[in-house]
Amino acid sequence: MKHSKSLYLFILPGLAIYLLFFVYPTINGLILSFSSWDGFSERKWIGLDNYTRMLTGDSIFVRAFQNNMKFMISVVVFQTILSLFFAILLTKNTKKNVIYRVLFFFPTIISSIAVAFIWGFMYNPNVGVINSFLGNIGLDALSNNWLGNPAMAIYSIAFVQVWAHTGQMIVLFVAGLQSIPEELYEAVYLDGANRWQAFRNVTWPLVAPAATIVVAYTTIQSFKAFDLIFALTGGGPAYSTEILSTYIYHTAFQSSEFGYAAAQSMGFMVIIAIVTIGQFKLLRGNRAY
Amino acid sequence: MNHRNKDTVTGKTMKTIVLLMFSLLILLPVLIVVLASFKQMTELFVNPLGWPKTFSLDNYVVMFKEQSIGRYFGNSLIVTLSTIFCILLFASMLAYAIYRFSGWRSLVIYGLFAAGMMVPPQVNMIPIYKLVADLKLTNSLGGLIAVSIAIFMPVAVFILSGFMKSMPKEMIEAAAIDGCGEWQSYFRIVLPLSMSSISASAIFLSVMVWNDLLFPLLLINSESKKTLPLALLQFQGEFMTNFPVIFAGVIIASAPIVIAYIFLQRYFVEGVTAGSIKG
Repeated sequence: MKHSKSLYLFILPGLAIYLLFFVYPTINGLILSFSSWDGFSERKWIGLDNYTRMLTGDSIFVRAFQNNMKFMISVVVFQTILSLFFAILLTKNTKKNVIYRVLFFFPTIISSIAVAFIWGFMYNPNVGVINSFLGNIGLDALSNNWLGNPAMAIYSIAFVQVWAHTGQMIVLFVAGLQSIPEELYEAVYLDGANRWQAFRNVTWPLVAPAATIVVAYTTIQSFKAFDLIFALTGGGPAYSTEILSTYIYHTAFQSSEFGYAAAQSMGFMVIIAIVTIGQFKLLRGNRAY
Repeated sequence: MNHRNKDTVTGKTMKTIVLLMFSLLILLPVLIVVLASFKQMTELFVNPLGWPKTFSLDNYVVMFKEQSIGRYFGNSLIVTLSTIFCILLFASMLAYAIYRFSGWRSLVIYGLFAAGMMVPPQVNMIPIYKLVADLKLTNSLGGLIAVSIAIFMPVAVFILSGFMKSMPKEMIEAAAIDGCGEWQSYFRIVLPLSMSSISASAIFLSVMVWNDLLFPLLLINSESKKTLPLALLQFQGEFMTNFPVIFAGVIIASAPIVIAYIFLQRYFVEGVTAGSIKG
């Protein structure tokens, strides 16, 4: 059937606002990345200078990328294992399990700023709960300046990220686990398999599609953890928690190098694309089915 | 017999212990912060974990009297509600057009928005900041709303058009034969039938927009236009380590979403998950 002309009116408002506030800036960002611009004066076309600087002369950019990777890898590994473990415990839709899932999901809905303040307090070296708890149980030796120690800070934040988002991944894994037919378990247990063998031969291969989604999503999420890091440490101490997105923000709004920040944004996008594609390939390759 | 979990008695106990410990890990920090918001700093120092001596509302009074958190709350409410309303309206219209058009038109519109989901909003912060400044919309809630609509719309288009695809096209064609125009079939047939995915999108969007820090941070710096996440950041600078006052702010800022979550848990879990996977 032929559509009527009035359908174009359906597209108009959404498309207009999207083109103006999303598509145009995306293209403009690319152009800006070839320019030098301080936010006020005329912008100047400088060709590839920003990119040369980013790739050869900027140790903080490299540092931020490394921090991103450290953060991503620790979050992906721990969050995926932890959420798969709890999803297996909570697969069935019993009343109790549903309550646990809702509880574990809770931190996902509060803002990253709120999460940052909660954990900023927990980690605080003077009044913080963690250190005083360690002191009370005689483990003073383990207490630390969790966010002030450059060797430690990025992992302390990774822990917070895992705290906040494990519940969300549990839900995804539960959906995957529930789609595994009960008969498969009956069959392997009849063959005398133990729990580990059942996990190895039934659960793991069949939960792989859900795992792919979880890992991919966790990766993107941890690359984009701007709010959490910005509110917890602002990238410090000594750039030890600076990730690409906070660095882009600082380049633009602290150093007023908007053109260079735009080039960094392009680098950021390319890195995300490469990591995502690479990961999909890797996980596909590992899949048994 | 349940074959999936061949639970022995010790296995069951272990499972309960592990689950309770993780529940504690999730709940304890939240509880500590809620209790701390009723304490004074001196009390928090000596008694960080325990029950407050008296449930004093002083910190909340500071938030409302000295900090005008009511205004920030209002700003957040305006931004969130207008953004969600516009996104749901525009995205459902777009999804309807994608559903009704055939061939390349449908593909081009769909592709344009699907491509938008690949670009993380943080990539666009510089050019969006520049555009809003050029349009003289910095420090206006309207500018923030327009940007938020554009940023979060692709996901909604994706979810809604995915849902509409499953509706039989014959339905609309039959209605057209009966003289039903596009607007009528959108408002009377497709929109009512899409309510489940529209409300899932609404929940997902309300969490995203209410909690968003990045774009308010870029586009707003005047005192009177701040949204809650931005105001919280400002409290951090102002009160430094006076945690109880900051926590009162955190609780006021989180209250609407948390209350909604308590009543609509299942829909939140579904909505937020659907939105974030596709987003």
